[in-house]
Amino acid sequence: MATSATTMDNAAPPESGLRAFVHKLRNGDEVAHIITLIFAATILLITSLLVYELWINSSLSRSKFGLMFFFTRVWDPVSGDFGALPFIYGTLVTAVVSLAIAVPLGLAAAIFLAELAPRRLSDAIAFLIDLLAAVPSVIYGLLGIFIVVPLMRTTIGPLLKHTLGFLPLFSGPNYGVGFLTAGIVLAIMVVPFIISVSREVLLTVPREQREAAQGLGATRWESTWQVVVPWARTGIMGSVFLALARALGETMAVTMVIGNDPKIATSLFAPGYTIAAVIANEFTEATGNLYLNALIELGLVLFLMTFILNGLARLLIVATERGGGRPA
Amino acid sequence: MKKTILVAMLVLGLVATTGADGTVLLNAAGATFPYPIYSKWFDVYHSAHSNVQINYQSIGSGGGIRQLQAGTVDFGASDGPMTDEQLSQSKVKILHFPTVLGAVVPTYNIPGVSGELNFTQQAIAGIYLGKITKWNDPEIVKANSGVKLPNDDIVVVHRSDGSGTSYIFTDFLSKVSPEWKSKVGTNTSVNWPVGLGGKGNEGVTGLVKQTPDAIGYIELIYAVQNNIPFGKVQNAAGKFLKADLAGVTAAAAGAAKDMPADFRVSITNAPGATAYPISSFTWLLIPAQIPDANKRAAIKDFLAWMLKDGQNYNEALSYAKLPAPVVAKEQKAIALIQ
Repeated sequence: MATSATTMDNAAPPESGLRAFVHKLRNGDEVAHIITLIFAATILLITSLLVYELWINSSLSRSKFGLMFFFTRVWDPVSGDFGALPFIYGTLVTAVVSLAIAVPLGLAAAIFLAELAPRRLSDAIAFLIDLLAAVPSVIYGLLGIFIVVPLMRTTIGPLLKHTLGFLPLFSGPNYGVGFLTAGIVLAIMVVPFIISVSREVLLTVPREQREAAQGLGATRWESTWQVVVPWARTGIMGSVFLALARALGETMAVTMVIGNDPKIATSLFAPGYTIAAVIANEFTEATGNLYLNALIELGLVLFLMTFILNGLARLLIVATERGGGRPA
Repeated sequence: MKKTILVAMLVLGLVATTGADGTVLLNAAGATFPYPIYSKWFDVYHSAHSNVQINYQSIGSGGGIRQLQAGTVDFGASDGPMTDEQLSQSKVKILHFPTVLGAVVPTYNIPGVSGELNFTQQAIAGIYLGKITKWNDPEIVKANSGVKLPNDDIVVVHRSDGSGTSYIFTDFLSKVSPEWKSKVGTNTSVNWPVGLGGKGNEGVTGLVKQTPDAIGYIELIYAVQNNIPFGKVQNAAGKFLKADLAGVTAAAAGAAKDMPADFRVSITNAPGATAYPISSFTWLLIPAQIPDANKRAAIKDFLAWMLKDGQNYNEALSYAKLPAPVVAKEQKAIALIQ
C-alpha cells in the first residue's frame, strides 16, 4: 500500500474505508478483537437461528390457537386440539420439587466439603461428584424405574400419606410414578452441579473473613452460616440456576418416571407430563402438520420459560449483590 | 433456499445411487414395528442380488410418511395407512403394499390371579374409557367364572409415545365402542381418558410388572420373545382367543374378501371364528411413478420376492404371514408401479 504519509499528505485523498481497516489490522490486538467478536456473534447467531426456526415451524399452531395455547388443558392429536398448560405445570412442578430437595442437600454437602472436611477427603469426594454429573440421564432414568419407583410405591408413599396425608399435596392414589418420583430423580441429577459449583465458590471465600468472624467470638457454624455462605451467595445462586436449567430440560429420566399423563393434579403422587417428555415421546410419530407445529410450539414455550427464569435469576443476583456480600 | 438444497440433494442422490456399474441404492424410512423383518429381508435380498442395496431407517411411521412426501426417500413404511388428507398432500400418487401382520395383546398383573383371563370387547373398552374401575366388575367377572378377582382399582397403562401398536389398539376400540370412537378416536397418539403412559413396549411392560392391579397392551412379538403372560380377547364371532400367528393371519384372510384395491384397510375385529381381533397390517408406501428405470425395476422385483420368498422368514421372527388371497391381490398391484 503506497501510503507514505510524509510525502503524500497534502495531495492524497482520505484513505478509503477498506484501506483504513486493513491498516488498523496490522496491530495484533485488533485481529484478536475481531476474531473473538466473530465467535461471540456466532453464539448469538445460533441462538437467534434456533428461535427463528422454532417460530417459523410452529406458525400453523400459533395462528390456530394464539395465546389460548398457554391456557388450554387438552392435548388431543385426533381432534387437533392442543394446549400447553398441563406441560407447563408439569415442568414447573418437577423443577420446583427437585430444587426443594436438591438445594438444601447440595448446599449442606458443599458446606461440609468446603469448611469441615479434611482437604484430601474433600478433593476425592469432589472428584466423585464431578463424575456423577457426567452420568448420562438415561442411567438416572433406569435408576428411577428400578429403585425409586418401587421405593415410592411401597415405602416413601405410604409413609408420607400416613404423616402428611391430610394435605392435598399428598392425597390420592400412589402408583409409584408421578410428580414426586420425577422430582426425586431430578434432584439426584442436579445435586452434583450444586455441590460442585458451591464448593468451588465457598473455597474462594478469603480466609480473613472466617478468621475475622471467629476472632469476634463466632462459633464454627455461626462463622460458616453467617459470614462465609453470604459471601458466596452469588455463586451459590448461580449453581442453583444451573441446576434449574438442567431440571427444566431433562427428558429421558423424567419420561421414564413421571407417568406421562397430561393432566393437572394437586397431588404430588399423581402422574404428570413435562414439555421435554412429550416432545421426546410424540415427535417421531407425529403425522400431520398441525400436530408437528404444536409440538414445536411447545419447544418454543420451553425456550421462553428458560429465558424468563434465567432473566429472573439475573435480577435476583443483581438485587442480592446490592444487599451485601462480596463487593461487585 | 430450502428448495435449492433439496434439488441439490436429489441430484446428488440420483448420481450417487445409480453408479456406472449398475448398483442401485434405495433409501427407505418409516415404521419401527417391522424393522427386524425388513432388516432381514433387505439383507437376504442383497445377498441374492448384490447390485441392489436397500438402506432402511426406522424413524417412525410419521417420519416415513413425511420423508416420502418430501421426496428424500425412495419408499416409506407405515404401521397405519395414510389418510386421504395425507395422500392429497403428496405430489406423487402413493401405493400401499401390506408386508407383514402384527397383533396387540393385553397383559396384566393382578395379585392372586395367575391364569389367563378372558376379556370381552366391552370389558377392554370400558377399562380404557375409565368406566370400568374395579377388577371384580361384572363385565370382567362374567367371562372368567372360577377366577377370584379382587375388589381393587384397575391401574390402566398405555403407550406414552406415538406408535403403530397404539394405532392398532385404538382402531380396535373405535370399532367395538361407539363412545371410544366419538370421544377418543384412532391414531398413533390419542388423548387417553385414563391411565399412565409407558415409553415403548418395554415401558408398558415395566409399569405393568411393577404395579399391582395393572393392565396394559403390548405387541404380540414382544410378549412372545420376552415370555410375558397375556390374556385372551373375544373376537367378532364371540370366541375368546389367545393371540398367535395363525389367528392373526386368519384375521387378514377374513378381511381379504372386502379389501379395497388400495389395501388401506383395517383388519381389527375381523370376521371369522379363528380370527384374532386386535391385528393389523403394516404397509410399504411405494410411489406409483418412479422415473429412474433401475430403481423401478429393483423395487418391483423386491416386492415380488417379498410376497413369495420373503414371507418364509416371517415366522422365525414371530411376524405373521400374509394370507394367500392378499398375496395374490398384491402381486397384481405391482404392475401399477410405472
